[in-house]
Amino acid sequence: MSTLSVHDHGVAHHEDGHEHHHDTFLTKYVFSQDHKMIAKQFLITGITMAVIAMILSILFRIQLAYPDQAFPLMETLLGRFAPEGRLDPEFYLSLVTIHGTIMVFFVLTAGLSGTFSNLLIPLQIGARDMASPFLNMLSYWFFLTACVIMLSSFFIQKGPAGPGWTIYPPLSALPQAMKGSGLGMTLWLISMTLFVASSLMGGINYVSTVLNMRTKGMDLWKMPLTIWAFFLTAILGVLSFPVLVAGVVLLIFDRSFGTSFYLSDIVVAGQVMPFEGGSPILFQHLFWFLGHPEVYIVIMPAMGISSEVMSVNARKPIFGYHAMVYSLIGITVLSFIVWGHHMFITGMNPFLGGVFMITTLIIAVPSAVKTFNWLATLWRGNIRFTPAMLFAIGMVSFFISGGITGIFLGNAALDINLHDTYFVVAHFHLVMGSAAIFGMLAGVYHWFPKMFGRMMDEKLGYLHFWLTFIGAYLVFFPMHFMGLDGVPRRYYAMTEFPAFNQWMSVNLFITWAAIMSAVAQVAFLFNFVHSIFWGKEATQNPWESNTLEWTTPVERLHGNWPGEIPSVYRWPYDYSKPGAEEDYILQTTPLSQTMSSNLPHDFEDNPAGLEAHTKWVNAQKTNEEVK
Amino acid sequence: MAFKQIIDSKKLTALFAVLMLAGSNTLMAQATAAAQAEKPGVNWLSVGFYVLLFFIACISIAIIGKVLKVYDLSQQIQGKKGIQWNNIMAILCLVFLVGGLAGAYWDFTEHGTKTLPAAASEHGVKIDAMFLTTSIITMFVAVVTQILLFTFLFKYKHSDKRRAYFLPHNNTIEKVWTIIPAVVLTVLVIFGFFTWQEVENSAEVQGKPAINIDITGKQFAWDLRYAGADGKLGKKNFKLVVGSNKMGLDFQDKNGLDDITADTLVLPVNKTIRLNIFALDVIHSVYMPHFRVQQNAVPGLPTFFKFTPTYTTEEMRAKTENPAFEYTLYCNKICGASHYNMQKVVRVVTEGEYNQWIAKQKLYLTPALRTELKLAAADQNQGITQQQLALNN
Repeated sequence: MSTLSVHDHGVAHHEDGHEHHHDTFLTKYVFSQDHKMIAKQFLITGITMAVIAMILSILFRIQLAYPDQAFPLMETLLGRFAPEGRLDPEFYLSLVTIHGTIMVFFVLTAGLSGTFSNLLIPLQIGARDMASPFLNMLSYWFFLTACVIMLSSFFIQKGPAGPGWTIYPPLSALPQAMKGSGLGMTLWLISMTLFVASSLMGGINYVSTVLNMRTKGMDLWKMPLTIWAFFLTAILGVLSFPVLVAGVVLLIFDRSFGTSFYLSDIVVAGQVMPFEGGSPILFQHLFWFLGHPEVYIVIMPAMGISSEVMSVNARKPIFGYHAMVYSLIGITVLSFIVWGHHMFITGMNPFLGGVFMITTLIIAVPSAVKTFNWLATLWRGNIRFTPAMLFAIGMVSFFISGGITGIFLGNAALDINLHDTYFVVAHFHLVMGSAAIFGMLAGVYHWFPKMFGRMMDEKLGYLHFWLTFIGAYLVFFPMHFMGLDGVPRRYYAMTEFPAFNQWMSVNLFITWAAIMSAVAQVAFLFNFVHSIFWGKEATQNPWESNTLEWTTPVERLHGNWPGEIPSVYRWPYDYSKPGAEEDYILQTTPLSQTMSSNLPHDFEDNPAGLEAHTKWVNAQKTNEEVK
Repeated sequence: MAFKQIIDSKKLTALFAVLMLAGSNTLMAQATAAAQAEKPGVNWLSVGFYVLLFFIACISIAIIGKVLKVYDLSQQIQGKKGIQWNNIMAILCLVFLVGGLAGAYWDFTEHGTKTLPAAASEHGVKIDAMFLTTSIITMFVAVVTQILLFTFLFKYKHSDKRRAYFLPHNNTIEKVWTIIPAVVLTVLVIFGFFTWQEVENSAEVQGKPAINIDITGKQFAWDLRYAGADGKLGKKNFKLVVGSNKMGLDFQDKNGLDDITADTLVLPVNKTIRLNIFALDVIHSVYMPHFRVQQNAVPGLPTFFKFTPTYTTEEMRAKTENPAFEYTLYCNKICGASHYNMQKVVRVVTEGEYNQWIAKQKLYLTPALRTELKLAAADQNQGITQQQLALNN
């Protein structure tokens, strides 16, 4: 493996041309090919989309809390979507759909992977830029176009797509079935196709950069866990996203060209349709073949970021680095063969359900290993509570709380009664929603100095963390019990069922907790924008971290390092090594400079080094004896 | 300490109180006024009030922040340490742990008791047992790991006096915590796999024939069909669906002639029911949580679910101490605007009551449909003759 990483950086001066050319506003901030700028573009677009999705969620939470009350303000804001100040039931479904789509794809896939893969892959492996900067730029512009098209569906007559973010046909294929299956659905499909194109261009770039452009000495086992996570995430995306496109294209055929891939035996609005021989289950297979890896695409970068942030701030090496990598690989491989657990009761053969149950519960093992390793990393650490650290911890806490309920849902027998209830809503909002968002926020707080050269305000970060952390638990914890009472998700109102009256107060409570968490995000947004311009200026290595990105100057040059790209001599987690002067040793520090802290373990593939080490240790011993 | 004076100032507090009071008062007045009006417009005053509250909150946070900063700096000038944010966060972690555990306990007692009553079907009991086992194991793990997480945070908070313990890995302990979850999950998988097989097992049990009931989902209602005296359901064809033949029964099949429709899903207790599930337009889902039954209704893909109810509605009313209790069947797969109100009452009765009830139900083949179909039958006969003619030629 290490042969891949041997590059000659002696000729780094050919980059001189870069320092002379003049950036216009357009080439620097808009059509930039610099990975750091593209990362920022992804981040800011992602945050904008997240805020929009959050507002949508507050709108439908208000409907759930006050199903009988009219809010004239809503009519002012939403017009025909909220006649008489009450949300239209079909628009409610559109809100749910677009909230889900934006959060899963636009925020937690593009906003998270797009930002941090772009920012950190070249910086942490020691490359001047991505393998293909132009493709990288295209990736962002496809993403932005997808965002614009998705949001534009709010401005058409029938409103945005409404059949849920999973867009199961026939509902999504029959414009007669609901308003949200009309033009809004077409826009959704176009937007998603562009999104997949964007994510493929990004993914291919990430994979090739990690494989080909590592600096001297940076073999795969010296890469930080963030890079491992982004690398494996990109592989997952490249292999699974095209399947979604296949599914989407067939759906477009069914909608527009009269084919019957997913449709059969349909009588809608009193009209017998000519479709025959298709299967709605086929779409579900294609969708979830992406859809399940997708949740790992969302959570793995968050895991990588949290591992890195926790190690830096606990001043302690990540516990079981190899186990962490192998568990990521395990999750990557297994995530391709578990998709059927979303389909236990959809009419899929029950035998297949049994098989998928087995694979699903196996994937819990690497997840458990990761959790225990994080706990072991904190054990006997020397923990600094930066906002980034708090968010990384929050990520672990959510991952535990939400992961545990996955063991219920992955069990086909239990899924019979829990499928599509609020239990599911609680589960995935904790384990992939909140956990991934917290991973992303940890990344923002931690690498903000690298992106903008300034620090974010710590106190506001603390306020933001505690309000959001507590708020998220208040929102999602009670939902488990609603699910256990058989309350279905995607219900416009619970008022039609006398049995659900007992949950009215809970709905009200959840809504107000959600509003509190939403308001708390103002602390973040203010902090983010304010710190970009007026934050405290950052030092080169503000967190005293080992990884390569902190050896670049604060000024963020095009090409990252002013001179040669530094070489790497050790793994990224030498924190608090006994015998070392400081409690951190940069990856660029050669072992020969840290004789007092070297361990025999550091020379596993290096017999000459081990010999020198033994000699040095013996010399020390004799010295002491002489004294 | 000018900021402190501002904060401590009684005038400011009084001003704030007056503002709140005045705001609430005007709001109340507005509310009563709005109640009298025919169609309420936007209550901009109320909107403004909340916006103002938000700004006041922001400003208070800013002031508190400044005060803390001033305090911190003044401490540092005096040569003291200033605010130890790191320690405060560590303490907050501990507070969160205790508060969180207490809150979770409260929620379990308050809302955990409001969940579904024990299963009212034979297979449901097995599912409930599985659920209990899984709950005990996972809750234990969740509580222990959360406690460890937050106590570690408190215990190992930063101190300048010591260094973290350099511990890159420990193969033994890593093997232990890979193997233990693997073993526990294997147990759960085996347990779950067999439960699932039993629930979904479709083989007919000898001498215990199931009662066949058809349920068809469409936007936004469920249609029911019981077999008639012959105990067999007639065939269907979606191309025959019209207003009067809403399920598209094909009366070429004589089994369908005595089929029965009903408004309420009435089931005899302790009999095996085979629910044949269809959908006309989009995917729906038959969900009867009290029986632990759920199966999607998919257009073009007939599905079924077999179960045995074990308590009558009356028994369940007594058990839940709720005289208004009804079993319900509702749609649990997003299906359009009225997805939230696509339900059917399910009534479980004794066998005697069931027989009485079914005798009173109407035939699917109503006189009106019969007259309509006579025409259709004639058409079909004609078609057949034509085909025969064609063959003869």
